[in-house]
Amino acid sequence: MDRFYPWILRALGLIVPGLVIALGWQLYQGSAASRHAFGWGFVVGSSWDPVFNHFGALPFIFGTLVTTAVAIVLAAPLGIGAAIFLAELAPNWLRGPVGYLVELLAAVPSVVYGLWGLFALVPWMRTILEPWLIAHSDNLALFRGAPYGLGFLAAGLVLAIMVIPFVVGLAREAIASVPRVHREAAYALGATKWEAIWQVVLPGARSGIAGGVMLGIGRALGETIAVTMLIGNTPTVSASLLAPGYTLASVIANEFTEATTAIYTSALVEIGLVLFAITLVVNLIARLMVARFAGAGAAA
Amino acid sequence: MNLRLRKNANRLMLTLTGVCTLAVLIPLFLVLYYVVRQGAAGLNWALFTRLPVPPGESGGGMANAIVGTLELLAMAIVLGVPLGLSIGVYTAELGNGRGLDKLAGAVRFSADVLTGIPTIVTGLFVYALVVVPMHRFSGIAGGIALALVMLPVMLRASEEVLRMVPQSYREAAMALGATRWRVLRDIVLRAAKPGLISAALLGVARVAGETAPLLLTALNSSQWTLRPDQPMASLTVGIFNYALAPYDDWHRQAAAAALTLIAMIILLSLVARAWGRIGEVR
Repeated sequence: MDRFYPWILRALGLIVPGLVIALGWQLYQGSAASRHAFGWGFVVGSSWDPVFNHFGALPFIFGTLVTTAVAIVLAAPLGIGAAIFLAELAPNWLRGPVGYLVELLAAVPSVVYGLWGLFALVPWMRTILEPWLIAHSDNLALFRGAPYGLGFLAAGLVLAIMVIPFVVGLAREAIASVPRVHREAAYALGATKWEAIWQVVLPGARSGIAGGVMLGIGRALGETIAVTMLIGNTPTVSASLLAPGYTLASVIANEFTEATTAIYTSALVEIGLVLFAITLVVNLIARLMVARFAGAGAAA
Repeated sequence: MNLRLRKNANRLMLTLTGVCTLAVLIPLFLVLYYVVRQGAAGLNWALFTRLPVPPGESGGGMANAIVGTLELLAMAIVLGVPLGLSIGVYTAELGNGRGLDKLAGAVRFSADVLTGIPTIVTGLFVYALVVVPMHRFSGIAGGIALALVMLPVMLRASEEVLRMVPQSYREAAMALGATRWRVLRDIVLRAAKPGLISAALLGVARVAGETAPLLLTALNSSQWTLRPDQPMASLTVGIFNYALAPYDDWHRQAAAAALTLIAMIILLSLVARAWGRIGEVR
């Protein structure tokens, strides 16, 4: 056993890169029919018509990017603010429980966020938030149209809640890893607590915080169920956040098991390929940023 | 800038970080409040003991979905935990990056990539891998999909736990003449046991709430399913379908199922934390 077990472990270890390669390969192979039929036009085509077998992914790419943007615009500042509070200000007795509650946000299943969104958030948005936005936004293109409730804004809001724990987690670690002496040096120069945080701590934690935000973006791009329940599932490209839309992940969830023709299935697999490629790039950037911050922390 | 202005800015911004924290926690309370209130109203014995009834009729329950979720999790545990643990042992114990075991870096990197892949895409993969050759949706496909989602979580968590076992334990055992395999089996794994159990529970909690990969693999069922080669019901897919259906009774059941699911997950994560703490003390 002593001689064999390293080889067994190495062989098992190979499974992991093998899985990633097999997954990418499977998506590539499975989408062959669609790639040949539509070429690059698939990515920029905006009609999605199963009846005439014409498929373009643009509305879904658009929906994924817009909901992710809404989510991160809300989650990044709130998450970083909460991370500062937890790492720098919260007294010890508060730090543990609040930290646990933030982690709990990540433990709530996607489908439960969807349920809450559908029956609590959306009615509130339809009757209160969206009419208010329409009335007070001075006819801004972002908030034009009828208050449906379901749409980019509802999906983005719930996504924001879902990715916040990822932002807080990494940002908090990055802030805590900034050496104490840096803060003390700032205080010695007469800085207030906030000035020390803003001018010394945050720049020192920058790449870790950015990594956390990127990781949140990666999560938001691939999140499926809650978005599927809240976005309205209509393939549209619209400047208004109040309009219903569709995302890459949710079109797979909704239509894959009902796809009737081979080309339809293949087009949905290509949607999966596009989603895989986007999240892969975003996650790689996130890892690089986190690795840089870990490296910088070790050097300091 | 004068001092008073700076002090006011200080007070304002520090208060704002507290406001941010509140703003982060308020949605959690709103969600939990909603699920507890609506869920408690829908809780009854039928939910845990009865099968679903046809659309439109009221009554019935989600007993098969509860059993299905447990079956799916059991399959995911059987497939995902030993594999994740073994590979975690590899990256932690042999993965110091010398010679052949530079491979460990690639394994770690691939695990991170796997963590970032949307679970719906994992579902597509398992669909092609298992559902297509079998010609039908099946519980085992769902179990494999969940195991794939769990694998990288279990791997990185067990690697971390194993790294916390002091190097001196290993050296002491080797000094007594133990072989590397004996050191691993009798010293390292034994010392890390509570932490590893905690890692496994966290992995289970992580996949218990998954819906997306199940939609493409286990699908759903309105019957008891004990056979893993048949479509299998689950709480998450049940909640998803019931929430989107136009029946009030189903909405009530969805909320009650959500309460059951959340209670299960929070319980798992609390037990995992408790085990983890035992691991730290020793």
